[in-house]
Amino acid sequence: MRRFAPALLGLALLTLAGCSGVEPWVKPYERDRLADPIMSLNRDPVSAAYMAHVFEAREGARGAVGSAGGGCGCN
Amino acid sequence: MRYRLHWLPVLVALIGIGGRAAAGVLPEDRADLLYHVYDGGGVQIDGPSLLVRKSFLEKISVVGNYYMDMVSSASIDVVTTASPYKERRKQWSLGVDALRGKTTYSLNYINSRESDYDADTASFSLSQDMFGDLTTVTLGFSRGWNKVRRNNDPTFEEPTDTRSYSVGVSQIITKNLILGAAFETITDEGFLNNPYRSVRYLDPTSGTGYSFQPEVYPHTHTSNAFAINGKYYLPFRAAISGEYRYYTDTWGIVAHTADFGYTMPWQKKWIFDADVRFYTQDHADFFSDLFPRADAQNFEGRDKELATFDSYALGLGATYEFPGGRPRFVQKGTLNFRFDHIWFDYKDFRDIRVSAPPGTEPLYSFEANVFQLFASIWF
Repeated sequence: MRRFAPALLGLALLTLAGCSGVEPWVKPYERDRLADPIMSLNRDPVSAAYMAHVFEAREGARGAVGSAGGGCGCN
Repeated sequence: MRYRLHWLPVLVALIGIGGRAAAGVLPEDRADLLYHVYDGGGVQIDGPSLLVRKSFLEKISVVGNYYMDMVSSASIDVVTTASPYKERRKQWSLGVDALRGKTTYSLNYINSRESDYDADTASFSLSQDMFGDLTTVTLGFSRGWNKVRRNNDPTFEEPTDTRSYSVGVSQIITKNLILGAAFETITDEGFLNNPYRSVRYLDPTSGTGYSFQPEVYPHTHTSNAFAINGKYYLPFRAAISGEYRYYTDTWGIVAHTADFGYTMPWQKKWIFDADVRFYTQDHADFFSDLFPRADAQNFEGRDKELATFDSYALGLGATYEFPGGRPRFVQKGTLNFRFDHIWFDYKDFRDIRVSAPPGTEPLYSFEANVFQLFASIWF
């Protein structure tokens, strides 16, 4: 892995340098559909947090799914 | 706390795929009042949740949440090794989002109290818009301080410490498609097992052929989760979404989660949601439904959340939008109902309510219904 580290770092820097000149390919005036409430990834935060808690209290997995609360309310 | 594995008494900052607020724009001012009911596996839990968010000077947004669980439990763990119980958990949180240019800084604090478990968590996250606002990158850190107690033993109190590190990216791909990815590492240290729960071991001197002894868990636990998701706007006004998460931890659990959703407006006032969720996990290295003898291993657990199992969920939701103006400060409002049905099928956790030679009892399974009724207003 160490052998590849400089190459990976160089690739990352080149990628970032290339991105600095990126023109947004979806213009602001083309984002009306993305702004529609049905495209929201979290339309109702209080409901999403509750469902995350329901699953988290009963499953081994956790994390990378947004918000979750502490404490119990379980088994 | 009782009869639950407490791994995550932590506010996992509003990062990741679902909960992150978009950088460059503060969240909308809104208030939500939700009533929730969970009923399954001998457990009933209900209670309210109130969330209020308000911005000031178009630069700062403050959010507060109060949440309560009222628990009545006669779960399989309770009826086989203890007595049914009732308890309450109360939680409140306070957060601040500050917008500066294309960067949003977020601070959150959460406090959870129940008779035998206290949890305090602080978190910080930073979201940055870049590349013409097509890309948003979010970094987050949270730290939790918890105290585990035992209701029947006033001298028992053990601490646990939790830290979470996360990074998330959301990317506009086309004018119809947005994709996201998130990675999160969570690490715990301290008393991580449930102070009430027991493991089962073969005991020829017992009438049932088995006896119980307290669980013993490792004092450290680190997990990694990676998730990707996407949402696509269909040619007509509707959207489909998908999400996948891969999970692994130092206790040997490997889990996969997949979720698919469909959102469809109807006329101008209604939005309907439907989604299916699949979850599967392998058991922890130190899990066994039936150990061969007492003190068979240095670490032993029989918590069904550590077992091998599959879970399936089907969810349906309906939202009705009503116009604002009454009272005048209300811009619009919604009434919402959501129902989820969840199936749990365990592969190596047995139902010992059934009398049978040890290790031959039927495998355990149960189903749960989850109801949510809530109202939201934007102001």
